[in-house]
Amino acid sequence: MTEPRFNPGDAVTVSARFPTGRRHLRTPFYIRGKTGEVERVCGAYKNPEDLAFGNYDAARVPLYRVRFDQRHVWDDYAGNPADTIDIEIYEHWLEPAETGDPGDAA
Amino acid sequence: MPHDDPHTHVHDHAAIEADEPQGYYQHLAAATRSLLIEKGAFTADDMRAMIERIDERSPALGAKIVARAWTDQAFKARLLSRGKQTIKEEMEIDPVAADIVVVENTAEVHNVVVCTLCSCYPVFILGRPPDWYKSYAYRSRAVRDPRGVLREFGTEIDPAREVRVHDSTADMRYLVLPMQPEGTEGWPEERLAGLVTRDTMVGTAEVRPAA
Repeated sequence: MTEPRFNPGDAVTVSARFPTGRRHLRTPFYIRGKTGEVERVCGAYKNPEDLAFGNYDAARVPLYRVRFDQRHVWDDYAGNPADTIDIEIYEHWLEPAETGDPGDAA
Repeated sequence: MPHDDPHTHVHDHAAIEADEPQGYYQHLAAATRSLLIEKGAFTADDMRAMIERIDERSPALGAKIVARAWTDQAFKARLLSRGKQTIKEEMEIDPVAADIVVVENTAEVHNVVVCTLCSCYPVFILGRPPDWYKSYAYRSRAVRDPRGVLREFGTEIDPAREVRVHDSTADMRYLVLPMQPEGTEGWPEERLAGLVTRDTMVGTAEVRPAA
């Protein structure tokens, strides 16, 4: 298994890339550019961006569950400030966050 | 049914089948299936049996897991930390997914599951997903207004509790472990399982207190 680059508790920022063309991306648009905290490392899985086009021999990519503050994700979020959203994101979509605390980004 | 049956059934309704013409993808799927069978990749019976196996899965499997977790703290701890292995080894349910993440509802936290990108769902323990789970409305709104969506399901979450949404975007599948209702302490597992419905394991409802 590929050694994961991040550990639980690490602050990470989702890459704000918007590649176009014939692709199969599992990173929702609404979370790109947002900063959260690694909740767990889920293991390493074949990259769906390769699998979708028949490339079954592609390398495995570490997969994480990343937790985000809802008020950071949605400007108009009206619920409890403690509300969160957890999203599975592959490692090549994550970068170390520039701020230490994901809450600061909101 | 033989036609000489002395039945009185009147055929005054439309045929029970889609009356839309088959589109591109239906033709593609039918052609692919025919080719795979013709080339011996699998037989028509293999395919029928697979559909039958999938359709046999139902929320009753998830309810058994939940009831076991309510009555056995050690099992619950294993379920929360190693979902797939625990379900496979201790419940003897074949977990078709790569892994299953079990998230526990408590007095402080309510969990709800959505797949914004498509309709990822733990079919192997809950059966096929309901239509609303696959709708654009649920998929787009459950992430940005979970409390409002839950209210439309008749589920009011105390403002003081944290709502934790899980967007099932990749290889994990999710099971919400609902809270055991008060007044059901000491009930046998089978009776507890009878309280646990599909929606309570997706997080759009809570298990109702015992009558």
